[in-house]
Formats: sequence, structure tokens, C-alpha cells
Amino acid sequence: METCPKVKNILLLDSEGKRVAVKYYSDDWPTLSAKLAFEKSVFAKTQKANAGTEAEIVMFDGQIVVYKFIQDLHFFVTGGEEDNELILASVLQGFSDAIDLLLRNIVDKRTALENLDLILLCLDEIVDGGIVLETEGSVIAEKVSSAHGMDGATSLAEQTLVQALTTAREHLAKSLLM
Amino acid sequence: MAQPLVVKKDDDLDEEEYYSPFLGIEKGAVLQEARCFHDPQLDARRCCQVITKLLYLLNQGDTFTKVEATEVFFATTKLFQSKDAGLRRMVYLMIKELSPSADEVIIVTSSLMKDMNSKTDMYRANAIRVLCRIIDSTLLTQIERYLKQAIVDKNPVVASAALVSGIYLLQTSPEVVKRWSNEVQEAVQSRSALVQFHALALLHQIRQNDRLAVSKLVTSLTRGSVRSPLAQCLLIRYTSQVIRESGVSQGGDRPFFDFLESCLRNKAEMVILEAARAITELNGVTSRELTPAITVLQLFLSSSKPVLRFAAVRTLNKVASTHPLAVTNCNIDMESLISDQNRSIATLAITTLLKTGNESSVDRLMKQMTNFMSDIADEFKIVVVEAIRSLCLKFPLKYRSLMNFLSNILREEGGFEYKKAIVDSIIILIRDIPDAKESGLFHLCEFIEDCEFTYLSTQILHFLGNEGPKTSDPSKYIRYIYNRVILENATVRASAVSTLAKFGALVDSLKPRIFVLLRRCLFDGDDEVRDRATLYLKLLGGEATVGETEKDVNDFLFGALDIPLVNLETSLRNYEPSEAPFDISSVPKETKSQPIAEKKATGKKATGPSAVSGPIPSVDASYEKLLSSIPEFADFGKLFKSSAPVELTEAETEYSVNVVKHIYDGHVVVVHVDASEADEFLEVMSKPLRSLPCDAPGQTFVAFEKPEGVPATGKFSNTLRFIVKEVDPSTGEAEDDGVDDEYQLEDLEIVSADYMLKVGVSNFRNAWESMDPESERVDEYGLGVRESLAEAVSAVISILGMQPCEGTDVVPSNSRSHTCLLSGVFIGNVKVLVRLSFGISAPKEVAMKLAVRSDDPEISDKIHEIVANG
Repeated sequence: METCPKVKNILLLDSEGKRVAVKYYSDDWPTLSAKLAFEKSVFAKTQKANAGTEAEIVMFDGQIVVYKFIQDLHFFVTGGEEDNELILASVLQGFSDAIDLLLRNIVDKRTALENLDLILLCLDEIVDGGIVLETEGSVIAEKVSSAHGMDGATSLAEQTLVQALTTAREHLAKSLLM
Repeated sequence: MAQPLVVKKDDDLDEEEYYSPFLGIEKGAVLQEARCFHDPQLDARRCCQVITKLLYLLNQGDTFTKVEATEVFFATTKLFQSKDAGLRRMVYLMIKELSPSADEVIIVTSSLMKDMNSKTDMYRANAIRVLCRIIDSTLLTQIERYLKQAIVDKNPVVASAALVSGIYLLQTSPEVVKRWSNEVQEAVQSRSALVQFHALALLHQIRQNDRLAVSKLVTSLTRGSVRSPLAQCLLIRYTSQVIRESGVSQGGDRPFFDFLESCLRNKAEMVILEAARAITELNGVTSRELTPAITVLQLFLSSSKPVLRFAAVRTLNKVASTHPLAVTNCNIDMESLISDQNRSIATLAITTLLKTGNESSVDRLMKQMTNFMSDIADEFKIVVVEAIRSLCLKFPLKYRSLMNFLSNILREEGGFEYKKAIVDSIIILIRDIPDAKESGLFHLCEFIEDCEFTYLSTQILHFLGNEGPKTSDPSKYIRYIYNRVILENATVRASAVSTLAKFGALVDSLKPRIFVLLRRCLFDGDDEVRDRATLYLKLLGGEATVGETEKDVNDFLFGALDIPLVNLETSLRNYEPSEAPFDISSVPKETKSQPIAEKKATGKKATGPSAVSGPIPSVDASYEKLLSSIPEFADFGKLFKSSAPVELTEAETEYSVNVVKHIYDGHVVVVHVDASEADEFLEVMSKPLRSLPCDAPGQTFVAFEKPEGVPATGKFSNTLRFIVKEVDPSTGEAEDDGVDDEYQLEDLEIVSADYMLKVGVSNFRNAWESMDPESERVDEYGLGVRESLAEAVSAVISILGMQPCEGTDVVPSNSRSHTCLLSGVFIGNVKVLVRLSFGISAPKEVAMKLAVRSDDPEISDKIHEIVANG
């Protein structure tokens, strides 16, 4: 038995099972395709569950996955079969609480992508090399935002507008060409 | 060309994607953007965005080429000039993600070391984590001093960063990290919960190979200075490790058990769970020790949190396998979990109930199950079916309701694996519970009327052929079987023909009608079906073949092929078309710890349900070929058995010699040996090796004559005698004169097990009963004090060299008695079955009762002799 509780991965997927942000800490899935296959089967097995209020749990292929859905975001934390599922659940709780604070209660895919930098920093502050760093959501959020001054949060959104206009123009041009 | 592009754009622009700031992002373009890192006036916000985009690409699975990664890395290092804290964080992240090579690391080391000594705690902590991820051991010694300081830093984030980095570094530079013990020990006393956790994890990993130190650590910490829940969990794990290693002191209290029990009253649920689980997993746990743990788990069962319910039911499910009585108190809570929304929890609850249930609760349970089965996935259903099977074997009287349940679910929708699990279960029940036979066969017949899986149909038809004729009214099955001949594909039709023939052979009253049906099959469109029909008509009619008696017919139809299929396949491949027909008795019979696939010679896919046949490398075939190619050995007859290679030299010595013992009826051939001293063996010839080039293996053979059919045993002492000759390196030719030399080798023993072939039987009970009871020899033996029951069992198995059947070589831990079934073929082709009953007393004295049946009573005695001498 592994003597130290280890987190194997943390996944943040959208409502179609596509990646928003993922972080793997173990080498159970050495290749990109192995990772994607795992994400696909996790998503398929949990899709129908009602994991809005309380964290849910599923065990398959020797892995334990605790998960939670908020809006169109699916949060997953994976650990080994022998591990303490409550520790994994506390990591999941810390992760989703921190995201909730960082995104100022607007937890959906769009906001998450616009603030991807915060989410990546958040993943970095929760677990290091599989070892739990912090499980308290407010502490995690504070560590992320203290550096960031929270002003970075709007920056990508601004850019989005410009970019959206550009692509819209491109699209128009393309359709005219046809 | 333009069209697909536009279509793709449209897809991207659906509502979901429209808002994404990363829409249409492309690696090349982002790498271009990264040039802004070189600007003399850095725009921190813009740089942050670019890094985020780069990280997004990596996160989506994009990869950078070596050149690209290097370029990005160098550009990123420029960003240390900026004072912007947010940007600095992203830079740290980027460097970790790029995992730069050793020569690149040097460039950032000084910047990171500066940050490591910064006044800002956040910089310190992160710089430590980044640096420790990327440096090698030489650089590590340079920063070791700072890391030691950081471990005892006032700021918990900094201390944790250093400790976690220490855990990581322990894998690459253990000798450095081990020097930090004092600081780490100080950190264990930290007031911060997480620092305590990280320090304890690191301290244990530093000391994990030193049992005494771990035991001391546990002793001092269990007195109560650890408060953090995570650290408590660690401590519980270390404690149970110490308990495991210290062994149980007979009768007395287990050390540290009080600590585990006190953790059951902890505030944190994760600690309670960890402690409860540790208690249930203790070696030889008593029911008194279990009770408090079961009580807390029972409370968890009714929690509102799915994770907690799951954790509890999973643990109890495990306990139920070894201590079903301890879990029965939770049965009411378990039953309410059957309707749990989370199907993993519901399945675990059901299977736990099936393990703990008593005879009276079976019917009620079955009623609840019927609703349950309809809404769970196949993988869960299989688990349930397996649990029901073992329940039925436990309570044979309840077969009626359980069989009904199985037949009901057999009729419902389901995939192949699920249906196969059900069919296998029914077949096992029919075999083991005689009363269940008629109803079970009837359910199977119903099933093949509408079965989409060829494999299952043929399996059932095969089984029906063996069991159906022995029932009270065999004729009622004929309709089901003949329907298959009319309605199914060729494989199933061929199977059905074989089954009809079996009925014809055993039930005389049906014979004429079977003949009519078989004759119709002669017009089948498929070769195999016609061939089988023709063959069986001749067999049963006794028309052509001379000397076919009824016994031969039955042997042919029902006899199991006692040859591993893999071996048969190899032999058939080696057979070259010639005048001499293929002789099936020339196929080696040895299996490698695998039950023989029961299969009729002409049957297609008609393997027995419990037979597992995996491809095994057949060493024997190649030995046989080798030996038969040596003219001197040609008249020894058929090779009976070849042993696994035995090492005669220590590993890594100058000369490495190993021996393979080949046993013939009247001879023993030893490959690779030189001299001998043993009474019963008469050396008849040896085949010395002419030359043995350096580093290349060579083979030498010695043959001994021994009394025909008798398992002579003895010891050979061996010496390697040889002449060393120098080889001229330029010509590669050996010089004429050499030096005589000798090399002492270890002795080689020929033991009784060498005369035993591991040959499994698929159904031990049937095989046992078919043997002559007159040949049975029973005796009891005291085996003295043994380490454990399992050790005694495996020792006896290896002395006899026989094949354990039905998985009885595995002894469940904590059991006080065990029955082991063995089968084998002794030299002279004598079939031997052995039933061993073991018992172990408190002071670990093992007694054994040995019952042997064999084709030859003398061999039965011989087996006893072997055990008595062993």
C-alpha cells in the first residue's frame, strides 16, 4: 500500500467531456491518447450522475474518481484504489471552492476559459507531484489571487472581444468568397 | 478546397465555442507572439496572456519541438526582469511545464535563487518548488543550505514547499535529503497542519528502511502531538505497518491498537475512515477488535454524502468476505442502500448482503434484486451474478429461487460477458447441486431458443449432450436441439449434431429417432455438419469400423481430450504429411499450471465452462525434437517429462552450467552433466561436447538406464572436466595443446516429482468418483511446526510435483484447515488423484491427511512413500 496519499490527476472538463484544464501527477497514463481515453471513459461513466450539490464517486479500472458538476463544468479528482476517498474528496472540495472564489461565483466554462491563468495557478497550488499541498478553498484562492491582484482576470475578456470581432470579419470575408 | 474549411469554421462557431478566448488559436502564431518577451519595455499583461495561451496549447495536448521549447524557454527567462508578481507566477508555471534540460537550467538558477531569498513569501515558496523540480544533484548541494532553512521557516507555505520538494528530491538525491532529518523533525512539531503532514511524510520516507526508527517515530507520535487530519491518516498507516511487522503477540493485546481505536473518535471523517479501515485489515483481526470499527462504518452508511457511504460500504464489503458475521448488524442499513442513486454504492451493498445473508433472508433479497437489476450497467450485473452463484453454493437448499432469478435475468437484455456469466453460473449450479439439474437444463434450453451468441449456444449444446441423456426424460430435449439444426448458423448446427449423437449413444430408446434426424443432416449445406453427421451415423450404427465396442463409442463421444490444445496444435504443425498417420498419443501432455481445456476431438468451440486455455510456451516440444534428433536416444521411446532447468553453478560464475532432466520410461537423459554416482542408475552412454567457444552455450548429454517404470531416485555429483585451449585472435583457430582443467559443480538430484506430470482435471469430484475406490490409500502425517498453513500446503505440492485443481493451492489467510486437490500422471501413464486435508493447531503444528486414488494401487502406495520420505 502506498504510504502517502497520492492524487493521480485533477481534471476540469466541459459538458461535452472536452478539456478545460487538466493536470496529471502519476505515470499511469503515459501517452496523450491514454490520457484522453481515460478522460473519455470517466466522462461517460459519470455523465448521468447528479453531482451538483454533493460530490459523487465512482470506481473503475483500479482507480477511484470523485467528481462534482457546477454549471457546464465537470470537476474530477482521481486516486488509487487503495487510497482514502475522503482525502480525494477534500481535494475536490478545495479545488471547486477555490475556483468559485476566484471566478467570483460565476462558475461556467466561458468564465473559466477567460480566466484560465487563474485555474492553472489554482491546480499548481493544490497538489505538487501528487502530494496534497492545500485543501482549504479560501487559502488556495488567496495564494492565487495575492500574486495576481485579481486585475488579470478581466484582461483576457477584453482581448476576447477584439478577437471575436476579427474572426467574425474573417468569417464574413470567407463566406463572401464562396 | 475551400468548402471543408468553411464547414469547419461553422462548427467552431456554434454557441458553445463562440465565447472561447482560445478560438482558432494556433501554435505557430502563439510562438510568434512570444517574441514580445524580448521587448525592452515589457508589457506584463500581454506577456501573461501569451504564457496562458502557451499553457493552454500544452494542456490541450499540443507539444513543442525541441527547438521551439528551447526558444520559448529562453524568451521566458527574460521575463524575470519584470517586477510584476502575476507575471512571475506564470513564469514559474511555464518553466515547470517546459522541464528544461541541464544546460538550460543554469540560466535560470541565479534568478530563482534570488527569488528563493526574496522577502516575499510567495516568491520564496514558488521559487523553491520550481528550482527543486529542475536541478540536478550538483546544483542541489549549492542550495541545500537555503532549503534546510526553508524547512523550518516561519511561513507555513515556504516550509511546505521545501518539504514537498524534499519528498520529490528523495528519489533522485537521497543522500542529500537524508541530511535534513533534524530540520524535518522540527517541522513535524509545527503548528501548521499541512507543514506537519508534509514533514511527517518526508520523515517517514527518509527512515522507511529502518524498522526500528519507524517504530520509534510511531511510538513517540501516537502519544498525541499530531493534530492535522492528513498527518493523522499518515500516522495510522505507519502504525498499521509497524503492527504488521511486529506480528501478533499470542493472546495479549495488540500494540498500538488503543491508538487506532482512539482515532475512531476523531473529529475528521477521513481519520475515522482511515482508522476503521486499518483495523479491518489487521492480520488475524478478532471480532472484539472489529466491533468498534464496524460501528463507525455503520454510521457512515446513512450519511448524506455519497463519498462517505461509498467508503463505508466498500470497506464493509471487504470485511464481509472474511468475517460475514461481523457485518450482519449493518444489514438493515445495507438494504436501504440498494436503492441508492449511486449505482456503485448499490452494487457494493447488494454483494455485501449476498455475502452476509443467511438462508432465511435469501428470498426477500431476491425480490429486491429483481427491480435493482434492470437499472444497472452490465459490469455491475456481472458482479451480482457472481455473488449469487457463491450464495447458491453456500445454501444449496435455496437453489429454486436463485435459479429462477438467474433464468429471469437470462431472458432480459444484456451483452455477451453478462450472459456468459449467467450461463456459467447455471452450469456450475447444475454440476454441484443435483436437484437443480432438470430445471437448470430446461432454462438453458429456453435460452438457446433465442440466443444471439454462437459461443454460448455451442457451450450449452455441449453441456446438454453430457448431462441431458442422464436425466429422467431425455426425449424432451431433442426438440430444442434439433431446432438448432434447422435454425442456426453452421457452427451451432455442427454442435447440435454432436449433441444429438450423444443422446443416441446413451439412450437406446431414442436411437432410431436420432438416426432419422442425423440422416437429414447429411444434406446440410456445411461441410463440417455433414462430416459430423456421417461420422456419428457410422459410429452409432456400428456399420463400418471393426472392433468398435460400445465403450469405444462412448469414449470417443464423451471422453475428454486429455491433451493441452496448445501442445496438440504444436504437434500438428510439426507433423509432416507422410505414410505414417498422425499419432495423437505422441502429443506431450504436460500443462503449465493451467486446467486442461475439455474438448472433444471433433468439437468446435465446445470447451467446458471452467476451462481456461491461454497460450503457453511449450518447451517440451522443442526438447523432444532435439532429443529425437540424436540417434543414440531414438530407441528410448516417448519422452515422458522434461524438468525446468536446474542451476548447477552460482549465478555469475566463470562457467555457468544448468541441467535439464528428461525422463523416459526406462531411461533418464541429463543434458549438460559429466560424471555420476548413484546406485540404481546405470550409465549407458554420454555424449561429450567437442568444443565450447567462449560466451556461447553448448550442450552435452548423458543417458542413464533405470529399472523400467520405477521412480528411481538418487543424487549425482558433477564435475566439469575440460581442456582449455587458446584461440589465436587473428585466425580464430584454436591452438593444438591445451590445459586440462576441472570445475566442481553442485549435485543434481533426481527426485520423485521428476516422474510426475502435472496434468489437471476439469472436474475433480467426477474424476475422483470414477476412480476405483479399491485403489484408495489413506494415511495421516504430522508435518511438525510450520511457518503457516499456506507454506505447508505449497511444500507438499512441490514434493509431489502434481497439478493443483480448482484453485485449491491457494490458502485463504487466517484459515485453520484447508483441503487441497491434486492430480497428475505418474510414469507409466498412471493417473493419480490426491486429496489432502490440512489442519493447523495454535502452536502452528500442521497435520495432514493424505488420500490417494490411482489407476494402479501400487502407485498409490508409492505416493505415500514419497510423502513419508519427503
